[in-house]
Amino acid sequence: MPVRSVSHYSGGVTPQRTPANPSLIREMKALLGSTNVLDQPEDLILYEYDGSVEKGRPDLVVFPHSTGEVSQIVKMANKYEFPIVGRGAGTGLSGGALARGGGVMIVFARMNKILELDIENRRAVVQPGVVNLDISRAVEHAGLYFAPDPSSAKSCTIGGNVAENAGGPHTLAYGVTANHIAALELVLPDGQVVRIGSYQGDPTGYDLCGLFVGSEGTLALVTEITVKLSCAAEAVETILAVFESIDDASEAVVEITAKGITPAACEMLDGWTLRVVEDYIHAGFPRDSGAVLLLEVEGLREAVAGQAAAVAEVCQRCRAREVRLAKDGHERDLLWKGRKNAFGALGRLAPSNYVLDGVIPRSKLPQALQRIREIGQQHGFEIGNIFHAGDGNLHPIVLYDPRDQKQFEKAKAAAQEIIRMCLELGGALTGEHGVGMEKNQLMPLLFTEADLALMRRVHDACNPDSLLNPGKIFPLSKGCGEVRIKKAKEIDPKA
Amino acid sequence: MTITANLAARLGQVIGIPGVRSSPEELAAHAADGILPQAIAGPATAEQVSELVRLALTENLAIQAFGSRSKCEMGMPPARCDIALDMTHLREVAHYDAGDLTLSVDAGMPLRELADFLSAHGQFLPLAVPCFENTTVGGAVASGIDSALRQQYGSARDFLIGAEFVDGTGRLCKSGGRVVKNVTGYDLHKLLIGSLGTLGVITRLNFRTFPLPAASGACLARFRDCNDALVFRRAIDRKGLPLADLEILSPGTSEILRAILERTDAQVAGLLPGGAWCAYCSYEGNPPVVARITSELKRAGQDADASECIGLEKSADEQLGGMLREAYEWLRWASRATIVQRVVLPQVTRRVFGELERMAAGASLRSSLLLRAGGVLYVSLFADSENDAAMASLADVALKVSAVVRQNHGHSTILHASVPVKTRVAAARITPPDESLQLRIKRAFDPCHIFAPGRIVGAI
Repeated sequence: MPVRSVSHYSGGVTPQRTPANPSLIREMKALLGSTNVLDQPEDLILYEYDGSVEKGRPDLVVFPHSTGEVSQIVKMANKYEFPIVGRGAGTGLSGGALARGGGVMIVFARMNKILELDIENRRAVVQPGVVNLDISRAVEHAGLYFAPDPSSAKSCTIGGNVAENAGGPHTLAYGVTANHIAALELVLPDGQVVRIGSYQGDPTGYDLCGLFVGSEGTLALVTEITVKLSCAAEAVETILAVFESIDDASEAVVEITAKGITPAACEMLDGWTLRVVEDYIHAGFPRDSGAVLLLEVEGLREAVAGQAAAVAEVCQRCRAREVRLAKDGHERDLLWKGRKNAFGALGRLAPSNYVLDGVIPRSKLPQALQRIREIGQQHGFEIGNIFHAGDGNLHPIVLYDPRDQKQFEKAKAAAQEIIRMCLELGGALTGEHGVGMEKNQLMPLLFTEADLALMRRVHDACNPDSLLNPGKIFPLSKGCGEVRIKKAKEIDPKA
Repeated sequence: MTITANLAARLGQVIGIPGVRSSPEELAAHAADGILPQAIAGPATAEQVSELVRLALTENLAIQAFGSRSKCEMGMPPARCDIALDMTHLREVAHYDAGDLTLSVDAGMPLRELADFLSAHGQFLPLAVPCFENTTVGGAVASGIDSALRQQYGSARDFLIGAEFVDGTGRLCKSGGRVVKNVTGYDLHKLLIGSLGTLGVITRLNFRTFPLPAASGACLARFRDCNDALVFRRAIDRKGLPLADLEILSPGTSEILRAILERTDAQVAGLLPGGAWCAYCSYEGNPPVVARITSELKRAGQDADASECIGLEKSADEQLGGMLREAYEWLRWASRATIVQRVVLPQVTRRVFGELERMAAGASLRSSLLLRAGGVLYVSLFADSENDAAMASLADVALKVSAVVRQNHGHSTILHASVPVKTRVAAARITPPDESLQLRIKRAFDPCHIFAPGRIVGAI
């Protein structure tokens, strides 16, 4: 089997590229029309990035409009033994939608139809390119919404959410994407179309949706998604709790969790981050505080009043200097705007930022934040923290200049140390961004050889030739023996 | 020396002689659908499970893991079973972080013991499954049986956050972790839910736990026909009322439960009158929430022409709610020959209810329907005899039910039936559309096909 060489770690992935075969390009254009195929370097360069610090340029970008076309593309790529990578909006943060070893990138942006809205049974059937927030907008009139709400909800696609099992602030109470997917239509790496799950949500036999959601595009391409819709809460209270120190804020989160109060969201911004955000968005965060908690409680009116009071009481006991309820929808939206656009605000300070994603038991939050401070100091970075505190999902942010290779290496070293710390505290490598090509080399820190061997067998059961999204999730050996990223096969067009 | 004695001795070399049993009575007690194992091994550690699986691999022996054995007749009859693994010796709480609401527990821990442990910390695990007093946590997950609390808490898929298990190569594996949010690697633990022991031997499970509610309430509404009951159910859905449990009982189901209740508490039995469709609702929260839901349910009952909608006292609720949690058990033993089918449909309508009942009546079989939260429908068919004709009739109607369900874009699974009925149904070879993918997963987990061969539909 021909093997393409891939460097040990990302950042400098320089696979020995074989340019796309001209006959493959011709066939793709014949299938999809030339407006749905990109093969020029100036076009392809736009697709070598996502939201992560990784890079990987495809050789060919195609835009299918239907499941049939996806199946045809896959069969064609198979014929040429050309790697395939699926991509939604490219907002991912672990390099999941990058063509690590080149190949054909299937961009689902034009498969963006909502196929069916079933208000009565709270289901929507959608194509993968539908933007997350558009699902909620389409059913808003009926008092329904799609619960997973990543910060990029305005631009990320549901297909990408499924691939990465995306989270968001409100997944604390309502669960991540996997909890809201009933059924999927898949195109397997041999072009076969299979439906898994059921409209109602329960599988027959094994819970394949449970496996495929979050498999990061390494097992199949998702071409149709049946999502479960949730009923909008009757009452919502948004609470801003202001603390003098991040330690007090962490203590409040630990207390809230331990008391069994489950807010719909519990987000933390540290003082450094909230000052940057406030300067940019003017959300109403106090610039002189050490940290704020942005909390939301939802449900029946009678439940919300009690929960808000309980949250406020805990915050005050943890020395909050102010606890205030958003007085109206406008203030609520503004506070959330501050939270959701925080990463954009940080762009004003440095050419690039590295958003980490680790997860720890919530009871360990104070220790974790203390360690992050120390790691930052050791490496000479001010590390900001803006994260889903309620479920222990940390997002430390390291600002750096990508043109300064030394600084980038230092940022990566700090990142690795933070992730190792998460594991030492009993946590995991990633809470919602995925492993992708960012953390695949770290997988052996968490999983044994036996764990990874079984995951590999499951991978091979669906994607035996690693044609689909190669070089992701699994650690690459320096010898590349297990990578199996194939070279494009030369096919004689006359044959 | 017999083969059994030989095997018992070899198993004894792995886990010590006291851990192995092979008396005819013990073997009979560990039979699944009449298939007797050759020996029963009770490993005390996950490492011993791993060693036993490796022994089975070298000798091509089939393994079936058991907990309390309360659900070992779910699924198809096993093609073979050589070693019954008694997992009840693995019963420790391995890790519990009450402040984090996360728990890691050995597969053999009984749910009752776990519930008592957690309630001492003001928490619980929402696995309210049949045979609750005996069932092990591993058995509850491997069986995939519904929890009565799924309306509010979902299925195990929604709160199982990791697992450890021995795979078909004899190695101890894990997936997920002990944190409530985690996307590291494939979620293999989700595949174990409902896998009936066909993918691996579960040794430990990690869950998120939940705080015990401050207060709870329950209502029972009675309706003249199923349409009114369904209108009531839809109204609850539209209002977004957060119920913990919602069950719609056909008159046939009420009759079975009433007959049992009459033996213990005539007053509670009287709550389920003959001929009526009933809706049972239970809910949790602080006292004002409970009061609000009670009044909303009464209003919804009036709007749906309920003949009555009554709030239940705590003791009556404990009895009736407990009966409904155990409904699967009561239904499956309600006559000499029974089929319990679990049906899921995109939409449950009066037409579907009518069609299912007519099919049963057409074959002169009694039937009952129980619609649980989230649209899970238990269709039970009862025959008064165990003769061939009755078996043929049960299997025939079960297949017709399955066909109607598929026409309505749903799917059905047989939860309980006698071996002759299962054999007849299996002969029809109704396979799920994703069967080939399921087979590939099975091979990845269990390349030598030693785990519970034949137990999942399609002979996986």
